[in-house]
Amino acid sequence: MEHVFIVALIIGGTALLSLPLGAWMKMAMDPAPGQMTGWTSLFGRIGGATEEQGWKRYLVTMLIFNAIMFTVTFTILGLQQYLPLNPDGMGPHDPTLVFNTAASFTTNTNLQHYSGEASMSYLSQLAGLMWLQFVSAATGIAALAALARGIAGRASLGNFMIDVQRASFLVLLPLALIVAMLMVLMGMPMTLQGSAVATTLEGVTQTIARGPVAAFLTIKQLGTNGGGFFGPNATHPLENPSFWTNGLAMIAIMLIPMACVWMFGGILGRMKHATVIFAVMALFILVKITGSVTFESAPTPAFAELPVSTDTGNLEGKELRFGATGGPLWAVLTTSTSNGSVGAMHDSLNPLTGLMPMAGMWLNATFGGVGVGMINMFLYIIVAVFVAGMMVGRTPEYLGHRIEAKEVRLAILALFSHAFLILGPTALFAATSLGQATVQDPGAHGFSEILYEFTSAAANNGSGFEGLGDGTWAWNIATGVVMLLGRYLPIILPLAIVGSLMAKRRAAESAGTLGVEDATFGTMLGLTVVIFGALTFLPAAALGPLAEHFSLP
Amino acid sequence: MNDIISGLRVTAATMAVCVAGYTTVILGFAQAVTPATANGSLITQGDGSVIGSRLIAQGFTSPEYVWPRPSAVDYDAAGAGGSNLSPANPELAERALALIAAHGRDGTPIPADLVTASGAGLDPHISLEGALFQVVRVAEARGVEPAAVRAIIDRLAERPGGVFTPAPIVNVLELNLELDAELASPASTE
Repeated sequence: MEHVFIVALIIGGTALLSLPLGAWMKMAMDPAPGQMTGWTSLFGRIGGATEEQGWKRYLVTMLIFNAIMFTVTFTILGLQQYLPLNPDGMGPHDPTLVFNTAASFTTNTNLQHYSGEASMSYLSQLAGLMWLQFVSAATGIAALAALARGIAGRASLGNFMIDVQRASFLVLLPLALIVAMLMVLMGMPMTLQGSAVATTLEGVTQTIARGPVAAFLTIKQLGTNGGGFFGPNATHPLENPSFWTNGLAMIAIMLIPMACVWMFGGILGRMKHATVIFAVMALFILVKITGSVTFESAPTPAFAELPVSTDTGNLEGKELRFGATGGPLWAVLTTSTSNGSVGAMHDSLNPLTGLMPMAGMWLNATFGGVGVGMINMFLYIIVAVFVAGMMVGRTPEYLGHRIEAKEVRLAILALFSHAFLILGPTALFAATSLGQATVQDPGAHGFSEILYEFTSAAANNGSGFEGLGDGTWAWNIATGVVMLLGRYLPIILPLAIVGSLMAKRRAAESAGTLGVEDATFGTMLGLTVVIFGALTFLPAAALGPLAEHFSLP
Repeated sequence: MNDIISGLRVTAATMAVCVAGYTTVILGFAQAVTPATANGSLITQGDGSVIGSRLIAQGFTSPEYVWPRPSAVDYDAAGAGGSNLSPANPELAERALALIAAHGRDGTPIPADLVTASGAGLDPHISLEGALFQVVRVAEARGVEPAAVRAIIDRLAERPGGVFTPAPIVNVLELNLELDAELASPASTE
C-alpha cells in the first residue's frame, strides 16, 4: 500500500507541477511578440548574435557551442592538479578518462568512469562538470524549442545562442536556486571545506569527503544529467540524506522532462495533442514502475538456503532511509528520463527489475531527457503517422505536413542508430576480451553489464551496472564515441526532418487529416513505440536479464 | 569565427551566473541558515574533536556496540561504493554466512539489512528489527539488563518518511553514543 501512495504522490504531484512550469517554459523559450523583450535583447547583446536561423544555421551554432563546452571542460579536468579550489589535492587524470568525462557531461549523459570524492577537485566539479550540467541541459531544451517552431510553421527556428541563454537563465537557474535551497534546508551538505577527519567511537580514523553538494546535485537532477558528486551518486548519505531529499530529488528528475511536453504543445498551439503524448509517456512509465517495484520485492535469491528473513525484499545496494519503494521507483524514473543518477545499485537489482531501467533507456522517450526526450518521441510520431497513413491508404500528414519517404527515412535512421549504437558495440565487447575481461559476474549477468553500459551511453543516461570494470582505455573511448553519436544524431536528424517539412507547402487540415488529439492516435503511438523501440531489443534482453532470471533457483 | 566568439561570450556569461553566482548564493545560504548540516552533519565531542558524521556509518565491531550493515568499502567515507554483486552471486551468501556466525544467534532468522551492503557502503541506519536482534549481545557485554538496551533502541527508532514508511529504522552511531551515555561501558574493552 505504501508503494501506491508514494508513486501516486511523486508522479501525480510532478505532473501537476509540470503544467505551470510548461506554460512558463513556453513563454520563456518562445515568447509571443511583445513578451520578454527585455530578456531577448539582453541575451542578444551577450551573445552578440540575433539573426533568425534556418535549421542548418541553428545546428551549426549549436554544434560550435557544444564543441566549446567540450574543450573548456576537457581543459579544466586535464589541468586540475595545477588549478585552485583543490583542498584535498586531487592529482591528474588519465587522458582517455578526461575524454570520456568531457564527452559524457557535454552530451548530458554523465556516465562516470571516475569517483568524484576520490579524484575530482572542487573546481573540476563546479566549473567543469556542473557548468555542463546547466548548458548541456539548456542545449536540449533549445533544440526542442527550435524543432517545435519548425513544426508550428514558423519561417525560422529562432537563434540558438539566444535560446540556450533563455534555457539556462530563465528555466534552469531559477528552478535550481529554489530546489537547492530546499535541499539545503533538508540537510544537504554545501561547503568548500575539504574532507573532515574523524576518530570514531572505536578509535578508528575515518576521512569523510564532503563538498558543495547541494548546488551540484540539484542541477544534476533538474537537467537530467545524473552525474553524482560522490561515486555512488544519490545512494550516498551526504548526497541524499533523507527520505524527503529523496522524494524531492525524484520530483526534480521528472519535472522538466514532463514540462517539455507542455512546452512543445504550447509552441505548436496544440495542447490536446500534447496531452495525448503526455498520457502515452505516463502510461509507459507507470507500467515500468509497477514491474520494478513488484520484481524488487522478491528477496535476494542468494539467501534462499540461509536463515535470513525474507519479508523486506532485495536490500543489496539499497539505503534504508528511502523506504522500500525508493530504490526501484528511482531506478525507473532515472532511466525513463535519461537522468542516470542512482538511488540504489542497479547491478544488484533482481534480474527482471534490472530489465526495467534498460527498457526505459531503449525507448528513451517516456519522458526522456530534457528537450531530447520529446524530440525522440517526435521520431516515433513521424513513424506512427506514416504507418497509420499507409494502413488507410492516405498520404500521411502530421499537423498539415505531408510525411513522405525522405522524412520517414530520416526518422528510421535516427531510431535505428540508437539500436545500432547499443547492439553493435555490445556484440564487439561481449565477444572479445575488451568486455569479457571487465565483467564482475560470469554468464548472463556479465552480458547484462556490457549491454547496460552501452545502453546507458547511447541513451545519454549515465547510470551503470557498476560492477563492470569500466575504467579501461577501451571502455573510455568506446563509450565516449557512443555518447557523442547518441547525443548529436538524434538532434541533427529530427532537425533535418523539420527542415524538409518547412521547405514544403503545408496542406490545410481537413476531415481527412489524421487526428492527433484522440485515444486512437495515442494507441497508435504507443504501439509504434513498443514495436520499434522495444522489440528491437528483445533478443538482447533474452540473452541478458531474462536468461539470468530463468537460471535463478 | 563570429560563431566561436559568440559561443565564448555565452560561455563566460553562463560560467559567471550559473557557476560562480549560483554556487555563491547557495553556499552563503547554507552556511548562514544550516551550518551544521551544510558542513556534513558532524558530531563533535566537548573538546571539539570530530567523532563522525550522523549520516555516515562507522564500522563497529566491539560486542558492546550495535553493529551497522556490512560495507563493500569497509566504511571508507572518502571512497564510497556498493558491492554491485548480482543477486545470484555466491559471494553474497558467503558474506551473509560470515555475518550470521559473527552475530551468533543460531536459528533465529537474521534481518536482511544486517547481511546486505548498502549502495554507498555508508548507510547510517539499520532496521529496528536489526537493532533488537543485537540486544542480548550488547546487554551481556555491558553487564546490564536487555530491557535497558531495548528501551533506548525503542526511543531512538524513527520512521524516515513518517506515514509513508511503516518500517522503523535506527541511526547506529547515535544509538551507540546514547548507549555509552546511559549504560556503563565495561572496562574490559581495551
